[in-house]
Amino acid sequence: MPAERLLPSTEAEDLVSLAREIAREELAPLAAEYEEQSRFPREQFRLLGKSGLLGLPYPERWGGGDVPYEVYLQVLEEIATAWMSVGVGLSVHTMSCYALAHYGTDEQRDKWLPAMLGGDLLGAYALSEPHAGSDAAALSTRAVHSGDEYVINGTKAWITHGGEADFYTTMVRTSPDGGKGITCLLVDAETEGLSAAEPEKKMGMTASTTAQMIFDDARVPVERRIGDEGQGLRIALESLASGRLGIAACAVGLAQAALDEAVAYAKERTQFGRPIIDFQGVEFMLADMAAAVESARATYLDAARRRDRGMPFARQAAIAKLIATDNAMKVTTDAVQILGGAGYTRDFPVERYMREAKVPQIFEGTNQIQRLVIARELRKSS
Amino acid sequence: MTNIVVLVKQVPDTYSERKLSDSDFTLDRESADAVLDEINERAVEEALKITEAGEGEVTVLAVGPDRATDAIRKALSMGAHKAVHVSDPALHGSDVIATAKVIAAAIRRLDSVDLIIAGNASSDGGSGGVPAILAELLGMPQLTHARSVTVEGGTIKVDRETADEGVTHLEAQLPAVVSVTEKINEPRYPSFKGIMAAKKKPVETLTVADLGVDASEVGLDNAWSKVLEAAPKPPREAGQKIEDSGDGGVKIAEFLAAQKLI
Repeated sequence: MPAERLLPSTEAEDLVSLAREIAREELAPLAAEYEEQSRFPREQFRLLGKSGLLGLPYPERWGGGDVPYEVYLQVLEEIATAWMSVGVGLSVHTMSCYALAHYGTDEQRDKWLPAMLGGDLLGAYALSEPHAGSDAAALSTRAVHSGDEYVINGTKAWITHGGEADFYTTMVRTSPDGGKGITCLLVDAETEGLSAAEPEKKMGMTASTTAQMIFDDARVPVERRIGDEGQGLRIALESLASGRLGIAACAVGLAQAALDEAVAYAKERTQFGRPIIDFQGVEFMLADMAAAVESARATYLDAARRRDRGMPFARQAAIAKLIATDNAMKVTTDAVQILGGAGYTRDFPVERYMREAKVPQIFEGTNQIQRLVIARELRKSS
Repeated sequence: MTNIVVLVKQVPDTYSERKLSDSDFTLDRESADAVLDEINERAVEEALKITEAGEGEVTVLAVGPDRATDAIRKALSMGAHKAVHVSDPALHGSDVIATAKVIAAAIRRLDSVDLIIAGNASSDGGSGGVPAILAELLGMPQLTHARSVTVEGGTIKVDRETADEGVTHLEAQLPAVVSVTEKINEPRYPSFKGIMAAKKKPVETLTVADLGVDASEVGLDNAWSKVLEAAPKPPREAGQKIEDSGDGGVKIAEFLAAQKLI
């Protein structure tokens, strides 16, 4: 059963219908096969781009859709319901455009943003390093100012779309000054000295390529610096606050898919002469799963509406990410339980959903870091 | 310059459960998600292709309740230029003849229509009769079951394909009525830009009286056919299992032959 939504306008309804249609016709039928083969769905991202879905929450002036987060996130959720790897990819692409859209000069935005939002290009976001994950301010990839270029050396880790992306929004160290020594660069994928390592062999989301990106004397023109030197960590954390909402929406989509599968199975499967949904042990599990999905949706939408009104939303975004991804882990695990032995086989999608649900608890700020963010906000309040 | 009218219909989504209403056995349009019929998306696509290759305007025409505006907007967001929506409670339960009369009256009001494109049959309570009846009422040639359409100057050529008769090549002078099959094309998706543009496109809403059609010619009471009884489809029965003891292949072939599948 598709999620029931309250949307603010007819255009928003039509946009979500379009996303649902593309998800159902073009994404869902391919997901299992591509995941099995670890095949990156580049063509499907092009279709999303052609349909105008790769720049939704950014200004129309640069080719974006100018839609509020409340609407963009529900589009994202529909895509993730059909195929988590594509949903997360869309979220990461959108996050990778944040730095230029919010911190670039008009000249920079005129030059690069239309192509990034226009649908042909795919973005990546490069903050983490092998030794700088949760402690992002410890990153050590060096960028040395030389003439009108930066010369970059170092390794970025866990890069979604690593080797597939057309541009990398990259945080580099321009001075030894801890969190204040970090700078944001918009790195073109064709940059000489930039290469991708072998993709990681992951537990799930295998169609989404994740790889280290290696900078070996890579030269990036100074005109591709976004914001000032030293402003990078702030840009990175702001991007993540919005990106977190995207991950929350994806997690809700994934949980919705697992719930739908479990309900359908429980209605069909009979034991002791009755469909198993008629047993209280099963129906209560399904009811709890529905409650988990819908409360997580309400949580991310509340945070999104705050963001759309220009209100602070860091705490709400962290709560949404924490709740939505923990709930998705629980719901997908329970979906496997409801399908029983069938659920444990690759003939049904729920074991894949369960594997896919694990990483959202880890990336874009582990759920332990989310708690840290929430607690910090609590401490700040009087 | 080819001005095209595309007939579109809002139907219950084939993914959702569809049923007839208990009171009068007409289609229960409230119980299911409603969408633009897929065959109509193909009809819109064909019209857009023709006008994009040359010139002209695409008008979508729908007869249906108020809620059919959603299906009209979908066609407009794909790229159609304007719409006419005939909506009138008196139309409830109309048969194909009444429906075709209303459509004909709506088309006669439009200026310079060169081509009318419809789906060959709708996926809901469809008889597949509207395109042919409409052509008769308008005195236009009918080219039905088209799997390909070419318009050159004032001439239209169509490859007509049916299961029984194979492929026939048809040619007619415009204006004409064409109905297309699902082989005609792959319809485009709307884009977000198309969705935003659609809300500014003109939609004219008309009643039966606006069209000068007599209310006694339409609706369930005046239909030439009546549904007297309806029952839900029986649940699917368990399939037939064939044990392979050396002759499994033969048994499967026999089964398929009995079903007239081979």
